[in-house]
Amino acid sequence: MKTENQKAWFFVLPVLILVAFNALIPMMTVVNYSVQETFGDNVFFWQGLDWFQQILRSDRFHAALGRQFMFTFLILIIEIPLGIAIALSMPRKGFWVPVCLVLMALPMLIPWNVVGAMWNIFTLPDIGLLGYFLNHVLGINYDMTQDPVAAWVTIVTMDVWHWTSLVVLLAYAGLVSIPDAYYQAAKIDGASNWSVFRFIQLPKMKTVLTIAILLRFMDSFNIYTEPFVLTGGGPGNSTTLLSIDLVKIALGQFDLGPAAAMSLIYFAITLLVSWLFYTVMTKDDQT
Amino acid sequence: MKKRTIVPIVYILFLMLPIYWLVAMSFKTTNEILSGFSLFPQTFTLDNYKTIFTDPSWYWGYINSIAYVSINTVISIAVALPAAYAFSRYRFLGDKQLFFWLLTNRMAPAAVFALPFFQLYSAVELFDTYLAVALAHCLFNIPLSVWILEGFMGGIPKELDETAYVDGYSFPRFFATIFIPSIKAGVGVAAFFCFMFSWVELLLAKTLTAVAAKPIAATMTKTASSAGYELGLLAAAGTLTIIPGAIVIYFVRNYIAKGFAMGRV
Repeated sequence: MKTENQKAWFFVLPVLILVAFNALIPMMTVVNYSVQETFGDNVFFWQGLDWFQQILRSDRFHAALGRQFMFTFLILIIEIPLGIAIALSMPRKGFWVPVCLVLMALPMLIPWNVVGAMWNIFTLPDIGLLGYFLNHVLGINYDMTQDPVAAWVTIVTMDVWHWTSLVVLLAYAGLVSIPDAYYQAAKIDGASNWSVFRFIQLPKMKTVLTIAILLRFMDSFNIYTEPFVLTGGGPGNSTTLLSIDLVKIALGQFDLGPAAAMSLIYFAITLLVSWLFYTVMTKDDQT
Repeated sequence: MKKRTIVPIVYILFLMLPIYWLVAMSFKTTNEILSGFSLFPQTFTLDNYKTIFTDPSWYWGYINSIAYVSINTVISIAVALPAAYAFSRYRFLGDKQLFFWLLTNRMAPAAVFALPFFQLYSAVELFDTYLAVALAHCLFNIPLSVWILEGFMGGIPKELDETAYVDGYSFPRFFATIFIPSIKAGVGVAAFFCFMFSWVELLLAKTLTAVAAKPIAATMTKTASSAGYELGLLAAAGTLTIIPGAIVIYFVRNYIAKGFAMGRV
């Protein structure tokens, strides 16, 4: 049982100060910009909600948002089932377990722009391993700087390569926590592999899978560095995801007002969808 | 049973292929890279690595990265420990709201914060220092550390605290000599995640630095654009950024899976 103790606030204080310094001040800056217009020299004019209306009505924002949802949807639909499948087929104990875990976790520890650069080198049409293989061995015309479909396939494959291991590790953590007695009972009852999965393994993985889906949603929705390094948002605008577009507006064109309004809308969408996911996934627990 | 082992093997092969290609590239000469496709380095060379280890603008990038990553990990863990203890042991006004608010910061797109962070850290005159990057990464790492540590602390029975109190331990002494050692796996996992995020993140690190504290990853982007196609050099620098991660992950290999499972949403 937890005891009521208001002095516990003193323990939380350092965290509160540090996070507030980093979260509240920049957030207020963004809110400030989002309702003002400036022509430089630190002179600002009140603009009201004009920027928000402009962003919400702009085709450019709709297109970027659409691409972003498409990307995140593809990521979740591929990485979650794949991660579960790999976790299920991994050995539960023995010498190979740590070897598998270390090798699988490796992509997650590579700096994001190195991931982009690595995939760039890997997919170069004539001198990259994958590019050469596709173009000269299989005879498929593959060049992601020209073909939007190829660019999409490449950034999705790159993300699957980069982050599926997170789902594997989480699902695996859930699986090893299932006591052997459950499997023995299932065996006595003559349960099929599918029923073992459906009625024992899946329910036991529910918490970790909720975490996996939430983390994958948030991170793929906020992704910036890897696709930027790999494709630069191109060809054309075909892989310009939300963050890439935002950075273009804020730091490229220095349109602070629209960029700030877009930031707030962006953050609000992330929060809203995360909250919806969380509520739906944990609904059964509360009833 | 044997058929199942195919899946992890194929998956690991898929993971290793791009890494192999990067490492192979790093041992090739620029001439060989541009002259055509070769599966293995034909003219094996260490020149790319030699350039990195002798040119200060390269190797300082590594020192800078390691410096701010270490500072960030120490700060994050130091402040997250007492906070996680408070969340795991006590009820207090606004505890649930505070916990949730901390986690929402993990959801913030880094792109949203890039410009305001630049202005904030310029205003407090920390721009282009290790501390600026370390503090900025705290925004994401502190919530995560609190979350992981709280999960581990929840697994320690409260009787431990009470017994120590009865035995006459003062709180700081109990916390430092009994409590922290009993959750050292959790501290390891939390430190691992702090290290991981701070090491791989680039957008904020790049925005908050110019010369003195510039991360290695940013040095690489500059080379890629200015020096044309020095792919071998780029590959060597990339290969070297994988090594610290590989070392760290080797140390926590038995705890990674557990660290995930013990956190609660």
